[in-house]
Amino acid sequence: MSMIDLENNRREISIAQYLHIDLPLLTGILSLIGFGLFVLYSATGESQDDLNRQIIRLVIAFGFMFIFAWIPPRVYQQWTPYLYILGIILLLAVLLFGDKGKGAQRWLNIGFRFQPSELMKLAVPMMLAWYFHERKLPPTYKELFFAGVMIAVPTLLIMVQPDLGTSLLIACSGIFVVFLAGIPWRLIVSLTLIGSVYAPVHWFYVMADYQKQRVLTFLNPEQDPLGSGYHIIQSEIAIGSGGLKGKGWLQGTQSQLEFLPERNTDFIFSVLGEEFGFYGAILLLVMYAWIIGRGFYITVNAQETYTRLLAGAITLTFFVYIFVNIGMVTGLLPVVGLPLPLVSYGGTSMVTLMIAFGILMGIQTHKKLLAR
Amino acid sequence: MIKNKSGYATRSFKDHYLERKLITDRVIVATVLVFLMFILLLARLWYLQVVRFEDFKTRSNNNRISVIPIAPKRGLIYDRNGILLAENRSVYSLEVIPEQVEDLQQTLDFLLNKNLIEEKDTEAFQERLKGQRRFKSILLKAQMSEDEVARFAVDRHRLPGVKIEANLIRYYPYGEEIVHALGYVGRINERELNRIDQSNYKATRYIGKVGLEKFYEGLLHGKIGFKQVETDVQGRIIGSPLREQLPVPGKDLKLSLDIQLQLAASKALGAEKGSIVVLNPNNGEVLALVSNPAYDPNHFVTGISSKDYNLLTSSDDQPLFNRAIRGLYSPGSTIKPHLAWTGLENKLIDKNYTISDPGYWIIPNEEARVYRDWNKFGHGTQVNYRQAIIESCDPFFYDLAFRMGIDILSSYMFQFGFGQSTGIDMGEELSGIMPDRKWKREKRNSRWFPGETVITGIGQGYWVATPIQLANSVAQLATGDKRYDLRLVSHISSDFNGKSDNEKSKAQPPQTQSTDVLGYWTPTSVKEAKVQADFSNKTNLKMVHEAMYLVTQFPRGTAKNAFLDAAYRSAGKTGTVQLFTQSGEEYDAEKTAKHLRDNAVYVGYAPLDKPEIALAIVVENAGHGGSEAAPMARAIMDEYFLKIKNRKKQTQTAVSDKSVSDFSRSDQMVDKVGE
Repeated sequence: MSMIDLENNRREISIAQYLHIDLPLLTGILSLIGFGLFVLYSATGESQDDLNRQIIRLVIAFGFMFIFAWIPPRVYQQWTPYLYILGIILLLAVLLFGDKGKGAQRWLNIGFRFQPSELMKLAVPMMLAWYFHERKLPPTYKELFFAGVMIAVPTLLIMVQPDLGTSLLIACSGIFVVFLAGIPWRLIVSLTLIGSVYAPVHWFYVMADYQKQRVLTFLNPEQDPLGSGYHIIQSEIAIGSGGLKGKGWLQGTQSQLEFLPERNTDFIFSVLGEEFGFYGAILLLVMYAWIIGRGFYITVNAQETYTRLLAGAITLTFFVYIFVNIGMVTGLLPVVGLPLPLVSYGGTSMVTLMIAFGILMGIQTHKKLLAR
Repeated sequence: MIKNKSGYATRSFKDHYLERKLITDRVIVATVLVFLMFILLLARLWYLQVVRFEDFKTRSNNNRISVIPIAPKRGLIYDRNGILLAENRSVYSLEVIPEQVEDLQQTLDFLLNKNLIEEKDTEAFQERLKGQRRFKSILLKAQMSEDEVARFAVDRHRLPGVKIEANLIRYYPYGEEIVHALGYVGRINERELNRIDQSNYKATRYIGKVGLEKFYEGLLHGKIGFKQVETDVQGRIIGSPLREQLPVPGKDLKLSLDIQLQLAASKALGAEKGSIVVLNPNNGEVLALVSNPAYDPNHFVTGISSKDYNLLTSSDDQPLFNRAIRGLYSPGSTIKPHLAWTGLENKLIDKNYTISDPGYWIIPNEEARVYRDWNKFGHGTQVNYRQAIIESCDPFFYDLAFRMGIDILSSYMFQFGFGQSTGIDMGEELSGIMPDRKWKREKRNSRWFPGETVITGIGQGYWVATPIQLANSVAQLATGDKRYDLRLVSHISSDFNGKSDNEKSKAQPPQTQSTDVLGYWTPTSVKEAKVQADFSNKTNLKMVHEAMYLVTQFPRGTAKNAFLDAAYRSAGKTGTVQLFTQSGEEYDAEKTAKHLRDNAVYVGYAPLDKPEIALAIVVENAGHGGSEAAPMARAIMDEYFLKIKNRKKQTQTAVSDKSVSDFSRSDQMVDKVGE
């Protein structure tokens, strides 16, 4: 396709175009990472080693982003169904032969340790986008039923690992495709109603005790201030005591005195809130909003149904990450073990996320001029 | 709502414009939703950071909950009579929280000027400071005297961030007398940190490094406790703990070791290098375990200076080396009774079998190599097994070993535990070498030569054993019964899991061995060794016992001088192990450098008919076993039979004295040997 670009457009092309990089998106990601590293340095207790490790991880993740931005979306569009089936097989393999880590079976040891659920984070929205791309929109009820099955199978396979957080995120990414593909509003409303009726059933017959405990703690953290409510209370104290301007970088007492749990991973936003205050939090949210806004722009301007649905689903899933994490540390949502994207320390999910951004860039930069 | 009734058929009529509009509409809806949710997050942040700012600021400043780990009390170690061998003492240490100190260098200088700390303390402190969080308390000086604590208190107000901490520290009242049996604890190092369950050691500073302290670390350490407290902004604790989970103290250990006997053994060995191991042959209990030279373990607890440590490690005498379980010595003539018994069992010799000893021995039909007797004049023309043991005649055993062959020899010695670990519960034991054809092929890549069998017959050559192995082999020979896995710990305090320290201390360990009314102690199990010898023929065994008895009684017995007037009947065997072969020249102890002189060895047991103790003694470079090692055995046995047993008699009212039983044939035997 770049051949066509060259033939039709004799202008000298920039490095960004040559690499198929979307500059506005890249700007958003880079500024977010820059800010994130400052917060991380403070959250790790000024550990140069941890900072270096995070930078190395980011460099690797950026490498993946560049590779995927360079691949034309048509290529993985063709591979989508195989990728999805491979993912399902790997998930089954995990259940049968997987390594146990922290009481859950999530890893597959194939020379290196690999988490098939990470693959599914992308394979599920891709599969649904591919499915709807082949059909006329909006979908029929029959098509919606098949789409539902496609979402439910990997979601359940991951849920029994058990990894509730990831399975719900993967379900979300699929549901977003269905939403964008034009699921009738009437159906959305009725499903919501059914869901609210089903919720108590789920509570009593499906949820594990630790999951129930999370919800109970969320509803009333003060009830058990030294037990599981401790995390949320300490996090709220950290954020709240930051005030408008914050206590200053490296000055957060809650964070530095180790009152905050997991302050360099899931609770890193609390460190930010304490040390940079409300203004710092707004700055972070603006950066996220910039990336999401660009994601929607790319979605609307994509040329095909497949790329449109995929770009939209990636953008919305990214938002869910942010909302769930910040909602959790501010006490809006129950504690779910999810990192703050591009800011939290480590995490295998960083590579997946950057691949998703690479795909987003590819969708924007590999457009056929003919189609305009 | 757009109806679609035709399904797949409409595929070719896909309306790209309409589809694009549909998705764009949905994206607009999504954007609005995302925007609203961002507003929701901002509203929540506004509520927390602006509306409730004062509230949270107060909570952040004044009311902080922190979790303080509490170290469990390390289990105590008692001797068999309830005498403390390892205890925990309260000591005061000086600690610094760097964050709270205004000028660290100035503070350190001040303390130096006041003679509260020394230069080496500050150096060690600077080392510990690296990579530590600034609000963590860091050790400056481990042990403060009462006087130093008092002087510090005077200047305390000038030294914010510096504080006195009371800690429990391990103390070994018997110091170097028992260090090789107990081992010691020291500061946890990086490597150990990776090996242990770190969450259980959060409050613990010391860990077993060597010996029992290391072997029983899991039992001795206990389980960590926590308390949750409120602290102010400086980290000072306000009020009483909100919640507390008391630590579970470590298990106490009671050893089979008798400190009185241990001290006697240590005294007997004196300044000589070597080792003494005393066992109860009836159950594998270790009664005393000495290795000399030793060192004071208390120095290691408080942190030994690298200079002192280098002195210990570089010393030629190797004080850190536990000779009792790791010293590999040629057993020498001390294994002659074992070999004589093997010869009797295999019918290679009987009580009438004699050889002629001109002071040397040669392999039949092979004049090339001469194997010398220690006595160049020989032991006469008719040396039987008994005389050979009593006078330690080498040619008799050259002949026996040669006819026995290495296969029988080493398989029988293996049954006595040579070449294997004794199973002693302190780790790091070496298993020695009991050579055979297979060993020679694997380790030396060579076949076995008959000449090597000959010198194996007098306990030399490749054969090496640890003193504890030697003691155990004699214990087995003495009882003519099972050989047991050796153990130092005879009892472990019962399970007080979940009970607090107070409840445990109600059940005080009983001070005497005999009474255990409260069920404080749980005995450890007696385990039989895997490989056992077959002692079903009691006649052969008795013949060897008689000969060993005469070693201590007969006029030409090698241990006669040491034991002739003993108040009990003991049996034994001396050994004098050549370390240095002089070609042709006479061995002259006076002219030979000290470190090349012979090792003196002695093994023995008593009483003769119902053994209660068995021992092995190795004295490095001391000379003759009979003149150097045997008197030490006498001193130890005297201590046991004349003092320790008497003391027990006084405490136990009903004692039936069975020890006076006549060894009827002994006089006749003396006559026969004398023929």
